[in-house]
Amino acid sequence: MNNEAEGYPLAQFRKTYFEECAELLDALQANLELLSNGSGDEETLHAIFRSVHSIKGGAGAFGFGGLVAFSHVFESLLDAMREQKISATPDVVQILLRASDALADIVGAARDEHVLAADFAADILTAMEEALLGASDPTASGVQPKPDSEVNEVSGERRYRIAFTPHTEMLQKANEPLLLIRQLRKLGGLSIEVDSSRVPPLDVIEPESAYLSWIFTLDTGVPQSAIHEVFEFVEDDCDLKIEVVSDGSLAAPAANLAANSANPARLAASKPVDAAVAPATPTQSIRVDVDKVDRLVNLVGELVITQAMLTEQGTLLPVDHYPALIQGIEALAQGARELQESVMAIRAQPVKSVFARMPRIVRDLAATLGKEVRIVTAGEMTEIDKTVIEQLNDPLTHMIRNALDHGIEGPDDRIAAGKPRQGTIHLSAAQRSGRIVIEVADDGRGLNREKVLAKAQDRGLVAAGASLSDEEIDNLIFLPAFSTADVVSNISGRGVDMDVVKRNVQSLGGRITVQSRFGSGSRFTLSLPLTLAVLDGMVVSVGKETFIIPLTAIIESLRPQAADIHPVVGRGLVLALRGEYLPLTHLHRCFAISDAITDPCRGIVIIVESESAGRVGVMVDELLGQQQVVVKSLEANYESVDGISGATILGNGRVALILDIARLREIDSRMATDRTVFNHQNAIIDLPEEAPHAA
Amino acid sequence: MAKRILTVDDSKTMRDMVSFTLKKAGYEVGEAEDGKVALNVLAGAKFDLIITDLNMPNMDGITLIKNVRSDAKHRGVPILILTTESDDKKKGDGKAAGATGWLVKPFSPEKLIELIQRVCP
Repeated sequence: MNNEAEGYPLAQFRKTYFEECAELLDALQANLELLSNGSGDEETLHAIFRSVHSIKGGAGAFGFGGLVAFSHVFESLLDAMREQKISATPDVVQILLRASDALADIVGAARDEHVLAADFAADILTAMEEALLGASDPTASGVQPKPDSEVNEVSGERRYRIAFTPHTEMLQKANEPLLLIRQLRKLGGLSIEVDSSRVPPLDVIEPESAYLSWIFTLDTGVPQSAIHEVFEFVEDDCDLKIEVVSDGSLAAPAANLAANSANPARLAASKPVDAAVAPATPTQSIRVDVDKVDRLVNLVGELVITQAMLTEQGTLLPVDHYPALIQGIEALAQGARELQESVMAIRAQPVKSVFARMPRIVRDLAATLGKEVRIVTAGEMTEIDKTVIEQLNDPLTHMIRNALDHGIEGPDDRIAAGKPRQGTIHLSAAQRSGRIVIEVADDGRGLNREKVLAKAQDRGLVAAGASLSDEEIDNLIFLPAFSTADVVSNISGRGVDMDVVKRNVQSLGGRITVQSRFGSGSRFTLSLPLTLAVLDGMVVSVGKETFIIPLTAIIESLRPQAADIHPVVGRGLVLALRGEYLPLTHLHRCFAISDAITDPCRGIVIIVESESAGRVGVMVDELLGQQQVVVKSLEANYESVDGISGATILGNGRVALILDIARLREIDSRMATDRTVFNHQNAIIDLPEEAPHAA
Repeated sequence: MAKRILTVDDSKTMRDMVSFTLKKAGYEVGEAEDGKVALNVLAGAKFDLIITDLNMPNMDGITLIKNVRSDAKHRGVPILILTTESDDKKKGDGKAAGATGWLVKPFSPEKLIELIQRVCP
């Protein structure tokens, strides 16, 4: 092959390189100028980065070690700025300008083959490294990671069993299994078993998907790293398991012999299996465009609205005059409901497909971090809308990584804390009160509330002296401004900020909360709406407004006695119910409705429950009835409103808003705080209009 | 027939070095200085392999890969990305966009040829 001895025109390339460096340094200088006088834009920073990046790339090729080392730190700093981990303050720009001058000098020295003093530009390097340290990016250390490190393992003939299952999308990246197999064959004696059980019937085969999987038996003297190298490019796109079946203690010739004699037998054995599996198609399926299903869902929604309208009109008819019509309306209601459930079932898929990826992530990351962790999953068969499942992967991966990286301690720390060596992550899914709840719980070190609170106060996210509940403190980690603060290392890091996870979850219409006990673990709870376009709701009135409360959230409703209502300092009104005290939420206050009943004893209190806000009594004027409603997205038709999860059209043609009950209590207490005053004792006193017995 | 390889890099030094090594090994080589130019070149010719840098002006490598992968004519072409160090994030981004594999800079001519033969023999 080619090398310098065979006329590799290195001198010519060097010349080109230094010409290019001159241009790059000019561009670098010009763009830094723009940056420093504030007239640069986003692209300016990218251009600056590219200049340094290109200089470094070429320097590596020519072996200019000093230049590589300096430009690497420079580049890391710029990269951190591109990622907005560091902002272009005048101080930082000053460092960049000095670094650019130094870089020009180092390039010049390399070109003229001068040797620079060992401590040349050491102060600038230190300044850059300090700036980077502030951003604490794990990749930003000044040390050049060394690629291609050769792992030396014990050699000797071994037999490996390699299970290789490409993910369906592997072929779309132009990775060709045949080439991998040829590559493997170069390493030693290879026998191959193919599993074709995943191949679907011909009419649904996607030509660009991978359906086959293989088990290779390889007898070779090369180290295991060489086998991994063959699969290097596809490791993330397949399930790969490489294990040693027998090691070098076996005499090599014997192993070979065994391999040879085993081959025909194995091939023979595998054939009937394939033959038996291939024709058996367990469930018939057809591929349908998602748009068509969506259209179906919408049509069913319209049908349910019409049916609700008919039902309402039907109640006006005298039963004895139109018995058949009324019976027909009831049958229609039943049919509409079954139709709706069947349509929803088309889009539902078990969360298994996402959960199944997690053990691998845990295994790999645990190995990297030197931790011992097992993952226990439950509720894999819980069904969620297909579109939601696809978007669940990222936030879940982040949460799992976070638990592993920052939650679970190393084995020694765990033993010192009196815990089992091996940490456990529980991943579960369940349907609860009309929502899908996914939990990621670890038995690690938990959140350090003191640090979290101190950090939040430091960042001005919490007023000094404010008293927050433990839960409120824990949930501070989801604030965007908080997670950029990488200093509290047990909650953030790896560029995986919890606010990003929260945003992901919110974009799915979901919520995320955390409960944590310092020293014994954290539990992240992710709750997603069932994307059912239709839900059973209780129609209630507050003043002139009509709201829908999801029936699944309602426990009971009652009209309380005056004796059961107690004002509690700092908590507003509470309702004593069978020995339990429940906070009362004033719907009229949440949404500023003027002509509502404000005395709970004259209206109705509906007890609702949500996983994040617990049990709450919601005050309404009247219950109007129970009805199936079609959920229309508020975000799609208007904009997101806190406390409202959607809207619907009632049988009488009016629009009613669907309450997001988990948010009500917080909104109510916020509205209450806005209107309350502090007296000298610092107690909160309701204004007269909010008093329990005011008119 | 000789295999055709397109090398995409804004640094002329890198293009020259890659190109020289490839030609010497008997490949036909096309060059482009950024993703946009590469797409223009691809519009008029077929290649058996694309080797691309990630950081480039006008159109970066990731965007180029996405464009190639969504183009019926070229979607099956193996694409190798050039990265410095073993930057896992960059590799991941590239893979997610549809890259076939990666090449860590600096690389030797031998390593370059070996990797090319792995994805495009």
